[in-house]
Amino acid sequence: MDALERVVKPKTKRAKRFLEKREPKLTENTKNAMLIKGGNANLTVTEVLKDIYAVKKPFAVLYKKKNITRPFEDQTSLEFFSKKSDCSLFLFGSHNKKRPNNLIIGRMFDYHVLDMIELGIENFVSLKDVKNNKCPEGTKPMLIFAGDMFDLNEEYRRLKNLLIDFFRGPTVPSIRLAGLEHVLHFTALDGKIYMRSYRVLLKKSGCKIPRIELEDIGPSLDLVMRRTHLASDDLYKLSLKQPKALKPKKKKNISHDVFGTTYGRIHMQKQDLSKLQTRKMKGLRKRRAEKSAQDGGISPKKAKSA
Amino acid sequence: MAAAVRVEELLAAAAAGERETPPGEPQPPPQPRGVSVEKELELEFDLGNLLALDPNPPPAAGLRGAGPRREAVLRALARDNVQLLVAQLWALPAERAGGAAGPLVARLPEPSCRLPREKPPPRPRPPTRWEQFARLKGIRRRKRSSLVWDEQAKEWRRRWGYRRAGGDPARSWLVEVPAGADPEEDQFAKKRQEKRERVARNEFNRLRNLARAHRAATAVPAPPLHPTGHQSREELGLAARVARVSTASLGRFQPRLPKEPVELPPRGRGGKKRRFQPVLGDLAAERGRQLELLRTMNSKKPALDITRAVNKQLREEDAEAASAKGKKRGQRGKRGRRQQQRPGRGGKKSGARRQQRPAGGSAGGGKRKKA
Repeated sequence: MDALERVVKPKTKRAKRFLEKREPKLTENTKNAMLIKGGNANLTVTEVLKDIYAVKKPFAVLYKKKNITRPFEDQTSLEFFSKKSDCSLFLFGSHNKKRPNNLIIGRMFDYHVLDMIELGIENFVSLKDVKNNKCPEGTKPMLIFAGDMFDLNEEYRRLKNLLIDFFRGPTVPSIRLAGLEHVLHFTALDGKIYMRSYRVLLKKSGCKIPRIELEDIGPSLDLVMRRTHLASDDLYKLSLKQPKALKPKKKKNISHDVFGTTYGRIHMQKQDLSKLQTRKMKGLRKRRAEKSAQDGGISPKKAKSA
Repeated sequence: MAAAVRVEELLAAAAAGERETPPGEPQPPPQPRGVSVEKELELEFDLGNLLALDPNPPPAAGLRGAGPRREAVLRALARDNVQLLVAQLWALPAERAGGAAGPLVARLPEPSCRLPREKPPPRPRPPTRWEQFARLKGIRRRKRSSLVWDEQAKEWRRRWGYRRAGGDPARSWLVEVPAGADPEEDQFAKKRQEKRERVARNEFNRLRNLARAHRAATAVPAPPLHPTGHQSREELGLAARVARVSTASLGRFQPRLPKEPVELPPRGRGGKKRRFQPVLGDLAAERGRQLELLRTMNSKKPALDITRAVNKQLREEDAEAASAKGKKRGQRGKRGRRQQQRPGRGGKKSGARRQQRPAGGSAGGGKRKKA
């Protein structure tokens, strides 16, 4: 029960800031990823973890030691790590005869495992093997998913969502157009997923939009989907729920029509037309003989602004 | 104008070098330096995440064999997709950050892809006692300036804290004895005592507010005491019991309803009084009790029937396990609530216990359960 957890009261400002960073907030921090090696991780898997760490720096934690756990059977140690390091994404690499070069990619909700998907690495080209200039660390990558499998199959859809969550990086309000350097391209075909990472070169073209040339940098992975452990529908819906305060406030009494004209609506109090000041309205002064008993009301119009 | 554009394109073509066009892809006829890309199905874009989704099935033929050919096919596909995404990004409203010479910066829209949160959204904490009172009375918070003019030091000093205006109250060297106070009393000690009390009281109130908030956050919904249409017998009994005890004398002089059972006060915390039989009462009953006691002491049969006790224990454990499983399944909903409010529904067991206590509490425990 929660009563057994000690409520740590912070004694310093630094400790208080540390705890405040970890508590649930309206707009959340960027998700951190933890990269863990299993009990029998081989060289390929270790290299993959190191390369993904290089891509995801500084929002990733790479654990150096091997941890003997099986995520699909027992999730407590993963949850413990997640709580200690405040990471909600994880990548667990292992290798055995039955499942060679295994990668388990997953995410957490409230420090409990939400989704886990096991992928097998068929082909791997490391960052070291490709001798190019790489992108600077911390560049927000562009993500592209090609293939109809990502829309049709439920597991592939979750995998796509998970990969977006994993590689997205921080959410920014604006971006420097010349700094779009990194792109991660995922293709799904024949039960395999090809992940490629390119560097974008913007070349001159005739018009404002530059011509794109791509240069292959690492890492590139050929993945095949193995087991999955997806969250139940209602848990997933619960995790998607956003607090109401984040919804953009709708401005009332403003409407738009198809042509782009903005209409505004003004609510007036009931006018007493008999008390309307007509002396100062020159337009109503037609003839002296007809001044009495003239209805001086101005027809209410909707105020228009283009 | 068109001629000038074509010249530029040719020059760019010459500068960029050769590009191989893979066979099976829907591409426009060699305008290789253009920025236009043709696709069968339009891509979906989520510019807030710099995301593009291509629903076109990739060319299966090109990707079959492993090796550089596959890489080339993938790269061409990626190039087209990135071109389309970049075209979309360049279409966003852009401005120059940091003046006219700064970099061109595009304003991204909100990300439209729904991704699950890391942690559940924070619950609003319940208002403290003061906040409730202030809201009731309509008291609003006054803005206070953090610096106050100190007349003695002739400068702006903090309102409280290090080097506050008015000097450190702990180092006041002169305290006036108030008019009605005892001249022997130590006023400095009194001030220190008062400060200690104030601090303790504030801390106590803060912890109480925290506890209240924590309790509200982890509250189990209590059964409603006001009449709803769907109350069970136990819930109604609870409501009746609470109503009886809600008088000023805690229900002691409350007349019983026609068939309401007389309830003994609950053992344990409440009902501290032990009940004894009157000293000079029913002689026949007393004699009967003593003879019964002698009989059980003399009999060879053990007072505790082992098999019966073991069976009872097993039955109780089974019932507990079943209720725990049912609790997990029916945590929400009416059934779950009903099960939560039925604490040990002992029935026979507690009835048997009750009957034995006044009759033969001395009979070696009888069917007493292990504690």
